[in-house]
Amino acid sequence: MARAAREGTSVDINDLLAAVPYCAWLGVTGRVADGRVMLEMPFAAKLVGNPIIPAIHGGVIGSLLETAAIVQAVWDTKSTAFPKPVDISVDYLRTGRAVTSFASARLARQGRRVVNVHAQMWQEDETKPIAALRGHFLLKG
Amino acid sequence: MADENMSERFLHSLGGAAYFEAIGAQVVEAVPGRSTMRLPYAPHLVGNPDTGVVHGGVITGLLDHACGMAVGSALGALSSTAGGMRGIATLDLRIDYLKAAKPGADITVIAECVKITRQIVFARGRAFQASEDDLIASATGTFIITELRSGGIITEPRAGS
Repeated sequence: MARAAREGTSVDINDLLAAVPYCAWLGVTGRVADGRVMLEMPFAAKLVGNPIIPAIHGGVIGSLLETAAIVQAVWDTKSTAFPKPVDISVDYLRTGRAVTSFASARLARQGRRVVNVHAQMWQEDETKPIAALRGHFLLKG
Repeated sequence: MADENMSERFLHSLGGAAYFEAIGAQVVEAVPGRSTMRLPYAPHLVGNPDTGVVHGGVITGLLDHACGMAVGSALGALSSTAGGMRGIATLDLRIDYLKAAKPGADITVIAECVKITRQIVFARGRAFQASEDDLIASATGTFIITELRSGGIITEPRAGS
């Protein structure tokens, strides 16, 4: 999958996401514009963590952010395997509401063995992120 | 009494969270300030189709949920609180992925409330498979105490956001 991603424009980012069972289950799709991956995740009842508000579960938010970080890292490094998460820190900024979510990421630092990635997630307004992630991922292959 | 009800309702609402149930997780133990949960391995949780390893986000979700439950139950057990009806919101969560989870094996998560202050609560969590001496991940979470309005709606953690 990751190998296919590096082969350039002919590969749909959605082939990569669809091949990852958990991403398919979350309903994550994506597109790439100017080398920047943008993920999209429609709201679904199974994503709810707090039924009173209702709000998207913090784990789902972390999952989408981590996925954005990994896919962007695969894309930028032309990796032949999925980078392995070493550590992540997620800041929860606003409630994740029952609407479609988006996420994108950028590599703050690309080393030979490890990348430092920053990701953010938003809903209706990109200037009002609901969460942000900073993490390190080990490159393989 | 009101606080006991709150605690019970809190545990019920967290235990009944749709995502938590949808990934197949179960609460093993929940006492004030501490929670234990287990997640059986399932194909739809796989994050790396080449290896079968569970997606890191699933472990994040388990740890967030367990920390939240430990914090919520600790708050619920505090009987001296005026009003009593409080909720929590995660401010941040730091996860160290210590080693890859072994495909096919259950994941157990234990979380503990470390410190309760007037507005902020601190929690720690850890995840393992075969042995608690062989962790696959650890977590540090910070939560802010929110208030429940009389109508039962949790107040936004940050007004005007």
